[in-house]
Amino acid sequence: MSVFSAIGEEREIDRDEFTPGIEPQATWCPGCGDFGVLKALKQAMPEVGRTPDETLLVTGIGCSGKLSSYFESYGFHSIHGRSLPVARAAKLANPGLEVIAAGGDGDGYGIGGNHFMHTARENHDITYIVFNNEIFGLTKGQTSPTSPKGHKSKTQPHGSAKDPVRPMSLSLASGSSYIARTAAVNPNQAKEILIEAIEHDGFAHVDFLTQCPTWNKDAKQYVPYTDVQDSDEFDFDVTDRREAADAMYDAESRLYEGEVLTGRFYVDEERPSYTEEKQATDEMPEAPLAERYLDEDSEWERSADLLHHHR
Amino acid sequence: MTDLMWRIAGGSGDGIDSTSQNFAKALMRAGLDVFTHRHYPSRIRGGHTYVEVRADEDPVRSRGNGFNFLLALGDSFARNPQEGTDTVYGNEQIKPLAENLDDLNEGGVIVYDEGLLDEETLERADLDLEARAEENDWHVYPLDLRGLAREHGREVMRNTAGVGATAALLDMDLDHIEDLMEDAMTGDVLEANLDILERAYDSVREEYEISHDLRVPTGDHDEQQVLMSGSNAVAYGAIDEGCRFISGYPMTPWTDVFTILSQHLPKFGGIAEQVEDEIAAASLAVGASHAGVKAMSGSSGGGFALMSEPLGLAEMTETPIVLIEAMRAGPSTGMPTKPEQADLEHILYTSQGDSCRVVFAPANVRECYEQTRAAFRLAYEYQLPAIVIIDQKLSGEMRNVDESFFDREPNADPGSVLTEDEIREAAHHESGKFKRYQHDAENGASPRSIPGQKDGRFLASGNEHTPEGHISESPTNRVAQMDRRMSKLDSIREELDGGDESHQTHYGPDDADYGLLVWGSQQDTVFEAVDQLNEAGGSVKALGVSDLMPYPEDEVSAFLESVESCLVVEMNASAQFRGLTQKELGRFGPKLNSLLKYNGEPFEPYEVVEGFERIVSRDAAIPEGTKFVPAAGD
Repeated sequence: MSVFSAIGEEREIDRDEFTPGIEPQATWCPGCGDFGVLKALKQAMPEVGRTPDETLLVTGIGCSGKLSSYFESYGFHSIHGRSLPVARAAKLANPGLEVIAAGGDGDGYGIGGNHFMHTARENHDITYIVFNNEIFGLTKGQTSPTSPKGHKSKTQPHGSAKDPVRPMSLSLASGSSYIARTAAVNPNQAKEILIEAIEHDGFAHVDFLTQCPTWNKDAKQYVPYTDVQDSDEFDFDVTDRREAADAMYDAESRLYEGEVLTGRFYVDEERPSYTEEKQATDEMPEAPLAERYLDEDSEWERSADLLHHHR
Repeated sequence: MTDLMWRIAGGSGDGIDSTSQNFAKALMRAGLDVFTHRHYPSRIRGGHTYVEVRADEDPVRSRGNGFNFLLALGDSFARNPQEGTDTVYGNEQIKPLAENLDDLNEGGVIVYDEGLLDEETLERADLDLEARAEENDWHVYPLDLRGLAREHGREVMRNTAGVGATAALLDMDLDHIEDLMEDAMTGDVLEANLDILERAYDSVREEYEISHDLRVPTGDHDEQQVLMSGSNAVAYGAIDEGCRFISGYPMTPWTDVFTILSQHLPKFGGIAEQVEDEIAAASLAVGASHAGVKAMSGSSGGGFALMSEPLGLAEMTETPIVLIEAMRAGPSTGMPTKPEQADLEHILYTSQGDSCRVVFAPANVRECYEQTRAAFRLAYEYQLPAIVIIDQKLSGEMRNVDESFFDREPNADPGSVLTEDEIREAAHHESGKFKRYQHDAENGASPRSIPGQKDGRFLASGNEHTPEGHISESPTNRVAQMDRRMSKLDSIREELDGGDESHQTHYGPDDADYGLLVWGSQQDTVFEAVDQLNEAGGSVKALGVSDLMPYPEDEVSAFLESVESCLVVEMNASAQFRGLTQKELGRFGPKLNSLLKYNGEPFEPYEVVEGFERIVSRDAAIPEGTKFVPAAGD
């Protein structure tokens, strides 16, 4: 029997398994978009066939970081901006795990921006959900990396002089192999996109628009929304990098004009995942490294085997 | 017979490092004990660099006082050979000769490459070499090493010519040097090098009447020796403790450990990751360890500063990791290739909240290996970060060690981890979560589960949390969790005190009147000073401390009680280890004098000897480049 018997277990999975036996009182405000992410994720998991015991959810800091408290699985509530380095190492240590990372727009596009770029570049087979509410919620309403230009807050009393980050364009340029935008107010699409993202073999980035009814009142509920795949106006090939880039640029610009464009923006099924790349150059073992430590029969190399270089 | 202290000097990129390493190995194979000391600038090409190789039939464990043989190759990458000495960096070409003369002992030998450092260059540099040689009884042998190399091979082979000349002047057999060349090279390159080696040897014999007394000592080893650096020993300790994951970002001098493990781990089924920054590097180690792998990271001061927050995360989530901190002179970028011991307080206390970590500072190659292993064992048993401090000196210094020293069993045990069967029997919260952080855990460490194990689900959180991991600000839970986590340090202190061998090293007669207290890489230099002091009629002993957290209270207290007065020797400006000792022990202030050095050079034994005189006699002069701080109330 495997030392990780939860991994690869074949059985019926009920979405209720992803709700903790005793549900903690959520710290999210009524009407918060974060509930939409939690719901969509709970719905997606049984569909992709992964159980709570073989799933590791790594979160950052902020309202979004509380996701790991309300979602039943192995969880790692890390520090601000660092969910990705923790998550990708766990995936390297044990590729059998379903690893999902999540955080907010400040967490992922601000303080953790460097990790976002490099994790995308490496194309780890993990899913990254960014709760994008265009505001710092937990610290009470400061301007965030995705707040629109001119956004006024207590820390930007005269309005932000900065253009917002373009999350999907940045993601594409960095190397993500699945990029989508969805919204909490669109639960069916959100669920479908999360299923695709989790099943995708590579770095899947989902920019998840989550309305903040408390601190971003004058902004949006992200309705009405348009699914770019269903819209006649948009006819682009999601596997074509240049067409995808144009569509993203458009969607990112128009969000600030009040138009919510969601859907899949880029899908590259050809690009090998980081695990595959590393295994191809003998830089990573074929069997999960973590198994070796729990298997009593493992043989371990010794430094004494290297001493002939030093004689 | 005096010991040999051979210094090979050139420019960065002149191959000084590999030449010296082979020379040291040849001496080791000839039955001698060897020790090397590396001095280099933060540059790819050019700049004055040297390596000192000390060799003797008796054990050598540190730099000597000065040195007695200079092989000055000249800096072949000098940018400004024609510009005299009035440029910002001076005349670089002549530096390997000019800058080493001050430390050369009386009666010393000088070989310089007159192919590069011709008469005109020497004149322009105004070295006054002849007069100084006469005054100091130096024996000078100019040789056209460059010309010889160019004529019989390629110019870069002038190092080989220099080694050949060295061997001739020291009456040293070429066999071992030739063997090492045959191991490292093949074909025409090998032939040319062997030819140049012998020609240089012969031409010295033919051209010169050897006027100096220095000869290579003779020795004999009882068993097979290996030549090993501090960085190598750290890396090998990690391998033998089952570490198969390293994440890092390059930074001198940490890069050595990172490079060695990046080369070996993939061959041993492990993973090495060079990542975007040190925040990521430490966070990856946390992620890999959380998923069940024995993992490490590390850096030098500046990069280690970036690791502060993940380090605290490891403390709070009780995720085992091992970090290496290879110190260099600070603050900020400081002097990247110079040693210093000024990161001690940074390492002990960085990251918000109370520190709960293990910190060791090994003193030499053997301790690097043993204490890296101990760091892994404790980190994984007690689920906390363990940090091994080395520095630029220890990182690159090479010593011979009995090969049998490394003949040990590996230990890949991941520590306090449960099997699935044990998890099934273990306590779970009503919510279904496994109680990963139980208040009443024995020794402070509550056994963990690994993601993927059935029914082991828990939440690891940097927030304060309940036994199953849920975020909580309950005062009762807070105190219970803090007390349990902090109690791990008491358990570790107890375990270390009850172990077979203390990490602290005592040296000198038990009943000595005076003490020297030292930590980390300066230990063995201080021990040599103890010998010199006692040979001169002194009554001195020393204690080298490696355990910095948890601090070895009893051992240091007993030592300090037994002496009249003590000199604390360390490479920083604010006497950090003395401060730590006073904080931990709360007494002995009037006994603790400090000898400090922070000019970028490690201590030499004579400096410690002279500095010690000051605690005996207030009139004694303090050696140049060091600073004496008297004991409180003195």
